[in-house]
Amino acid sequence: MSSSIESLVNREYQYGFVTDVDTDTIPPGLNEDVIRLISSKKDEPQWLLDWRLKGYRRWLTMKEPHWPNVSYTPIDYQAQSYYSAPKSVTPLQSLDEVDPELLRTYEKLGIPLNEQKFLSGVAVDAIFDSVSVGTTMKAELMEHGIIFCSLGEAVKEHPELVQKYLGSVVPHSDNFFAALNAAAFSDGSFVYIPKGVRCPMELSTYFRINAEGTGQFERTLIIADEGSYVSYLEGCTAPKRSTSQLHAAVVELVALKDATIKYSTVQNWYAGDKEGKGGIYNFVTKRGKCAGANSKISWTQVETGSAITWKYPSVILQGDNSTGEFYSVAVVNNRQQADTGTKMIHIGRNTRSNIVSKGISAGGGQNSYRGLVKVMPKAEGARNYTQCDSMLVGNECGAHTFPYIEVGNNSAQVEHEASTSKIGEDQIFYLKQRGLSAEQAVSMIVSGFCKEVFKELPMEFALEAQQLLGITLEGSVG
Amino acid sequence: MIDAYLRSFEAFSRNGGAAAPEWARALRLSAITRFETLGFPTTRNEDWHFTSVAPIADAALTPLTSPSGRVEAAQLAPFLFSDDWHQLVFVNGRFDAALSRTDALPDGVRVLPLAQAYDELPILVEQHLGRIASFDAHSFTALNTAFLHDGAVIHVTADVEVAKPIHLVFVSDAAAVNGAMHPRNLIVLDRFAKATVLETYCTTARGAGAYLTNAVTEASIGDGATLTHLKLQRESAQAYHVGTFDARQGRDSHLVSFSFATGAALSRTNIYTELRGEGCGATLNGLYLGDAEQTIDHQTRIEHVEPNCYSRELYKGILDGASHGVFNGKVYVHPEAQKTDGKQTNNTLLLSEKAQIDTKPQLEIFADDVKCTHGATVGRLDETSLFYMKSRGIDARTARELLTYAFAADVLETIELAEVRDGLEAATLRRYAGRA
Repeated sequence: MSSSIESLVNREYQYGFVTDVDTDTIPPGLNEDVIRLISSKKDEPQWLLDWRLKGYRRWLTMKEPHWPNVSYTPIDYQAQSYYSAPKSVTPLQSLDEVDPELLRTYEKLGIPLNEQKFLSGVAVDAIFDSVSVGTTMKAELMEHGIIFCSLGEAVKEHPELVQKYLGSVVPHSDNFFAALNAAAFSDGSFVYIPKGVRCPMELSTYFRINAEGTGQFERTLIIADEGSYVSYLEGCTAPKRSTSQLHAAVVELVALKDATIKYSTVQNWYAGDKEGKGGIYNFVTKRGKCAGANSKISWTQVETGSAITWKYPSVILQGDNSTGEFYSVAVVNNRQQADTGTKMIHIGRNTRSNIVSKGISAGGGQNSYRGLVKVMPKAEGARNYTQCDSMLVGNECGAHTFPYIEVGNNSAQVEHEASTSKIGEDQIFYLKQRGLSAEQAVSMIVSGFCKEVFKELPMEFALEAQQLLGITLEGSVG
Repeated sequence: MIDAYLRSFEAFSRNGGAAAPEWARALRLSAITRFETLGFPTTRNEDWHFTSVAPIADAALTPLTSPSGRVEAAQLAPFLFSDDWHQLVFVNGRFDAALSRTDALPDGVRVLPLAQAYDELPILVEQHLGRIASFDAHSFTALNTAFLHDGAVIHVTADVEVAKPIHLVFVSDAAAVNGAMHPRNLIVLDRFAKATVLETYCTTARGAGAYLTNAVTEASIGDGATLTHLKLQRESAQAYHVGTFDARQGRDSHLVSFSFATGAALSRTNIYTELRGEGCGATLNGLYLGDAEQTIDHQTRIEHVEPNCYSRELYKGILDGASHGVFNGKVYVHPEAQKTDGKQTNNTLLLSEKAQIDTKPQLEIFADDVKCTHGATVGRLDETSLFYMKSRGIDARTARELLTYAFAADVLETIELAEVRDGLEAATLRRYAGRA
């Protein structure tokens, strides 16, 4: 390994700082009283509290899943706090009233919330630990009838929509972590795009874990009504700590007839140190439902952070002619472990799905693709194409592929292709003899490898993703 | 139901099984203990996720430990490809000397039933039997080992090439109904030895009723040796069949395996190999043809333990009626196995609306300098190919038949043994084109 490359690999996680703010953190542990307390802090209606308790009671009966290809020290669910909020945040405040310390934090993360500075054409909802700090561009969006706010706010302002769709895609009983989330979920974003509206800007949520000894359990709900379109991006970071923190989020997408939702994630939680100490356990349930005909849901994810990633953004293709897409780049380095992939459930006629997954393993990282393509007997004319490629950098890493293909209709056409290979010596040599340095060569090969996924990201973020990838990886080859 | 097996085991240990050497009895005892713990696999077991063995677990099947049934040479003819191959025949799980033929074996080659091998090749059998096919996590292998009694032992000494194939025929007749057979075979190829072994599982009593064949074959392939192994599963339509082939390969050795599965109501074929030396090669091909309510399950596992080995795998399936196919293929590359070159393909053709396939090709790679790919496709006949053929004046029916046959022939033509290749091609053509 050359020295310049080594320095690149060892580059510090630049989002690892801690913001010093007074917080209102409830004592560790989870029981019905804690859930009532969270609910009362958020001033929630009775139906939501009941739903939380239903989730909690269900969670108690469930066992933590151990089928993923990852290993970690057991999580003590009673040792962490389920609610932590900066004291200075009051509900429904305007952005001018936000604690300057918090604004500085977001500025440092490259997400300016000041109205003068924000990225043009992007509306941001900033979530800090368990609460939303503020949402930009709300007024402009409201002109189009678009609702973009924190879920807590939506519960108060638009209870009918929340009540109708919350848990409709990921029910409280879905899985262990989804049940935990249903019981203890804190804030998240809520988006509603009315009929026939094309959202004029990118919507984005920035998640930040700050407090120690807490978990983040946000819940995001996006509803695209008939004929609408929205592109949504989430980003996430956390401070460097030597203890692991749990992040068990749920994302639900509902696309009605002719609607399109494009959901992009750049996940950069703290990954732990080189020995694998600390880092975020990212156990997330993401699922979209193409409820109406001709609807489309597209997931794009760039997974570079987290000590452990366990997530399978899925699409239920219920409406006829609906389309599901999944584009993923997952990078693991040092002791990171990722078990990620997608599920495409074909129910309607002529449904199509497309999966492109690129895994890069470096250092001692373990990367698994786990995917399901299921064609139900009634899904006449279903079509799937899956491609998952893995690149290996270094001799202690691993790359694994576990695709499940279940076809119950003979008019379906399902194709799966996967390859695993080492980064090409000859390609590096070729680029070097054209005058590129080793690290430039690797960077070019990797970005070529991931191009198909990056081209799906919104412009501003494609660039960011590419840089992130460079930081996580470039140095691993020499 | 497990209790019934334990009682059968008790009876078997006192009677038929008592003649076996001390170590074999100890092995059987540990196997039945393991089976008692494991029980039959359920669909919660990842390896059996798509195939429920409840019909086997719920059926009252008695182990066939004493000789039974009667099969004439003429009844066997349709399953034989040649009348001058070396041949061992087992009727309802027990060796039948009259139907077997081992007189023309070259020097340095032994092909004999297990009971005889205990006496004549005691060290060889003790060194290998039960050492390759682990029953730790495999219920059916545990059950087979518990009732270990009969089967074939093949030993080819160093540098010897067996020119003619060795055919092991496991035939059942009406006397096998409601019985369970647990044949156990051992193939040992010393350095630079070369042999072709066929295993045929067939019946002379189609439609007579259910029985279980639970076979295990262990193969030790020495340095530089080459084993060609063909398994032809042509059981009766009511039968249950579980067959495991487990090989260990030495340096620069080659395994060429072919699994042809068309019979049984419920069948599961496991083909496992471990590439334990440098420069090994493994080729695992197969064809499964399902119809009616059949379930045909294949599981393959190729373990790359040492560097510079290659593996090739092509499994194809044609499913008609309401049949259910399962393919679960795993390529596992250990951290030391650099320069591994692996390729795995599974293609399934669904001919009817009710046919169903679950396929799960897996790669688990812990080394960095490797080249591994896998691919899987599921679909019906390609419309454009059909259109092309019709545009050339071939009627729709013929076009369908030809394309279906061609799909299967693509993998059948990888069989090097001409008699078997031609025989299976002709049978497939008859089946899908209604003419020979």
